[in-house]
Amino acid sequence: MLKHKGMTFGIFIVSFFLVVGIFAPLIAAHDPSTIYPELYKIPPFWKEGSISKFFLGTDDLGRDFFSRLVYGSRISFFIGISVVSISMSIGTFLGLIAGYFQKSIDNIIMGFIDILMAFPSILLAIVVISILGPGLNNAILASAIVSIPNFTRLVRSQVMVEKNKDYHLAALSTGASSKLIIFKEIFPNIVSPLIVQTTLGFSEAILNTAALGFLGLGAQPPLPEWGIMLSDARPFIVSSPWLVTIPGLCIFLVLLGFNLLGDGLRDMLDPKLRR
Amino acid sequence: MFLLKKFLKLFPTLFGICLLSFFVIRFIPGDPVMLLLGERGNDPEVYAQMKKSLGLDLPIYSQFGNYLSGVFKGDLGKSIITGKSIISEFFSRFPATLELSLFAMVFALILGIPLGILAAVNRGTFWDYFLMSGSLIGYSMPIFWWGLLLILLFSVNLGITPVSGRIDVLYYIEPWTNFILIDSLQREVISQDGFGPFISALKHLILPTIAMGTIPMAIIARMTRSSMLEVLDEEYIKTAKAKGQTNFKIVFKHALKNALIPIITVTGLMLGSLITGAILTETIFSWPGIGKWIVASVNQRDYPAIQGGVLIIGTLVVLVNRSIDILYYWVNPRLR
Repeated sequence: MLKHKGMTFGIFIVSFFLVVGIFAPLIAAHDPSTIYPELYKIPPFWKEGSISKFFLGTDDLGRDFFSRLVYGSRISFFIGISVVSISMSIGTFLGLIAGYFQKSIDNIIMGFIDILMAFPSILLAIVVISILGPGLNNAILASAIVSIPNFTRLVRSQVMVEKNKDYHLAALSTGASSKLIIFKEIFPNIVSPLIVQTTLGFSEAILNTAALGFLGLGAQPPLPEWGIMLSDARPFIVSSPWLVTIPGLCIFLVLLGFNLLGDGLRDMLDPKLRR
Repeated sequence: MFLLKKFLKLFPTLFGICLLSFFVIRFIPGDPVMLLLGERGNDPEVYAQMKKSLGLDLPIYSQFGNYLSGVFKGDLGKSIITGKSIISEFFSRFPATLELSLFAMVFALILGIPLGILAAVNRGTFWDYFLMSGSLIGYSMPIFWWGLLLILLFSVNLGITPVSGRIDVLYYIEPWTNFILIDSLQREVISQDGFGPFISALKHLILPTIAMGTIPMAIIARMTRSSMLEVLDEEYIKTAKAKGQTNFKIVFKHALKNALIPIITVTGLMLGSLITGAILTETIFSWPGIGKWIVASVNQRDYPAIQGGVLIIGTLVVLVNRSIDILYYWVNPRLR
């Protein structure tokens, strides 16, 4: 029962931030990169010295903090969607081929995946960034490369299970081509675990990209990405702690939302995978 | 035979890691020599010298050959920033990371296993849901935020823990093993400052340990719960119950022993995510380990350092993971 409550909560959080992201220009009171000189580090409404014009105050450069958070939501979903679509399509494709054909092509693909997996996720992303240079697009690419193995391994193992089922033999006996069997027969049967992995992939993508932003290797200022907002405000952690805590809270909530959603979906769609 | 095959599969992976790290310098857009030298590269003599010292004047296959033979000899080149060998740069910092990682892992195991058992034994009750929600929250915590929250609470507001570094600046400790807890117990240190340095070092470990250990703890708690639930369903547990043994004995003597195998495996395989944790934790707490070093190397464009660091870490992760894998199959012959 509570699992379903958890999932409902997850859906609520994710849709909240999604709506905020989509309607960011309507919700944000100011432009996220407009600098109001002389009005830097205005405290939020619950602190003394706040200004009604800036509901959550301003950051160290005098930009409206609330508007930056709102636009940050949009960036996070942009990151999540981009990373997951790249990593899922490449990862799934490799997994389908490796699992279906096995033998040498499986060895080559899995060898490649093993190499990717030898590197801790952030380290691999750092390597990619050190080659391509920092920036949001490169950080997205880096996070996507890091996430490919998850999809490939999952899809491959699922395909290997499906291959032994009778419907596959039936399809083979009709003389259908491998391409047709893989995409029309096998793929629809592995969609459920893939949906679960995709949901969890969102959380991983947003976390990795924000971490890169925090390390100064991801999105670059003045982009209102939560990871850089948090790291930019670190010097003011004592005087204006909210500048650090609130962007982090947003990241945490989005991750929690996707994780709750993914867990709930796993229980619903695939009882076999239940931990 | 099976194990040997698994072992031999290591080599293509290690070769791939070498290849990938080899290309770190060569994939940089533009001329790596100019990038490394900056304006000094305008001097053709300096330029040619750098190109030669990087081995970039040779054809690509002999470059890779040289690189590989260097790797086998333990020569990974020199850092552009400090001029010291990458190997010594790496291994002088490695103990700091290892020390922190060990603490984080012990923290994760000491809390994670009992919490997981508690949830499994009270399956379906409030405690189970409470603990599992807690573990999901811990699992969703971005380390860089969690670390800063800990600093804010314990260092800024309560003033009980130091903010950064491995030891108070008052103390100077001659590096010996580079494990600060060991070095601070050297005879000369104790005779001069007593146990002050050791206690200071311990205090500096508290927050980074919590920050880095929280996610592993959450994973271990979930893993312990599901592993315990599986074991508790088995026939021999029913037999033990039928024999009238106490719950305590059943859980700790019979069930936990078998439930531990997957838990230990998962823990061992966490090395990779631990290093990710170390990179972020060390950045937050100015912990002078390899994580901070790698990030600094990227910022300073010290490509030989990035290259060497990636190669060593990748190799370590593969070796550790593969050994655990082999160990796992070795103790569970049924899986072969």
